[in-house]
Amino acid sequence: MHIPDGYLGPITWGALWLVMIPIWIIASRKLKKDLKTKNVPLLAMGAAFSFVIMMFNVPVLGGSTGHAVGGTLIAIVLGPWAALVAVSVALIIQALFFGDGGITAIAANSFNIGFVLPFIGYYIYRLISANADITSTRHWIGAGIASYIAINVAAILTGIEFGIQPILYPAVDGKFQYFMYPLSVSVPAMAFEHLLVFGFVEAIVTLMVVRYLQQTDASLLRLTERTISQDKIPAGVSV
Amino acid sequence: MNKNTQKKLWIGLAILIVLTPLGLLAEGTAFGEWGSEDLLKEVGYVPTGVEHGENLWHSLFPGYTVAGFEGSFLHSSIGYILSAVIGIALIYIVTIVLGKIIAKREEETRNENS
Repeated sequence: MHIPDGYLGPITWGALWLVMIPIWIIASRKLKKDLKTKNVPLLAMGAAFSFVIMMFNVPVLGGSTGHAVGGTLIAIVLGPWAALVAVSVALIIQALFFGDGGITAIAANSFNIGFVLPFIGYYIYRLISANADITSTRHWIGAGIASYIAINVAAILTGIEFGIQPILYPAVDGKFQYFMYPLSVSVPAMAFEHLLVFGFVEAIVTLMVVRYLQQTDASLLRLTERTISQDKIPAGVSV
Repeated sequence: MNKNTQKKLWIGLAILIVLTPLGLLAEGTAFGEWGSEDLLKEVGYVPTGVEHGENLWHSLFPGYTVAGFEGSFLHSSIGYILSAVIGIALIYIVTIVLGKIIAKREEETRNENS
């Protein structure tokens, strides 16, 4: 799901920079308000976890590979804005030092993997686990379902960004300048491998860690609860 | 987060680092992340954008490889583990610094509340 340089034309990657810059600014404001200094090491570990889990490439039939992200997991523990920051840091380091994902595509990848994925995962998780006791199975089952849906939405979104390139930049002399397959290829390709394989990898990783936290240090699943109930009165906007 | 949990999470991360070479066993390239050689084979040409894109930035550890640790599975595994350690160290430091800059300072909040 890490879009390299040269696969998206400037209209697409430029637009996504324009979208992501304000989102990052909002995230830093949100964290200034909600992230406690003592939770910063946990945020850093979340970012590190996301980075290392993305190194576990899993094969699918047809010679493609993919991996889990862990974005929903970070969002469950620290909230979606913190997850956005953690995953964005991981993506930027991946692009700069490891050539995984393009420099021009940092915003596109941060949008798909760092923004859309954790936010979708977080709110589906909250929906399923709402009012459930901290020991309830709804927490880890909810985490599994939420992370499965979230990574699939992000994958399909990536497929759409790929697939609109031939429309934005039609072939000249039979050769495309950027991504070359139409939406009818890119979306099903991204969807199928995530629906069938990587979505389950993400779900298993997420629910296992949530189950583990439930049993060992359930307080980690409650970090965001207080901030949310505090938020309710002044701003329903935060949801 | 209590110290005990923190220790356990670090152990978990360390185990993951050691196991990362499992990720090397998967052959092939992720959809939409093909290099110019793959594209030449599959599509018959390299789109000019992709060609420029490949030369836009040269990372220190391309594809999580470390110079000098290539070739055999053992060698590339060591390179991969080194990449994991380097990546985690960088990400940890960047996030801590970023977090310290933007996180809520407890003292300030206490003052606001009082």
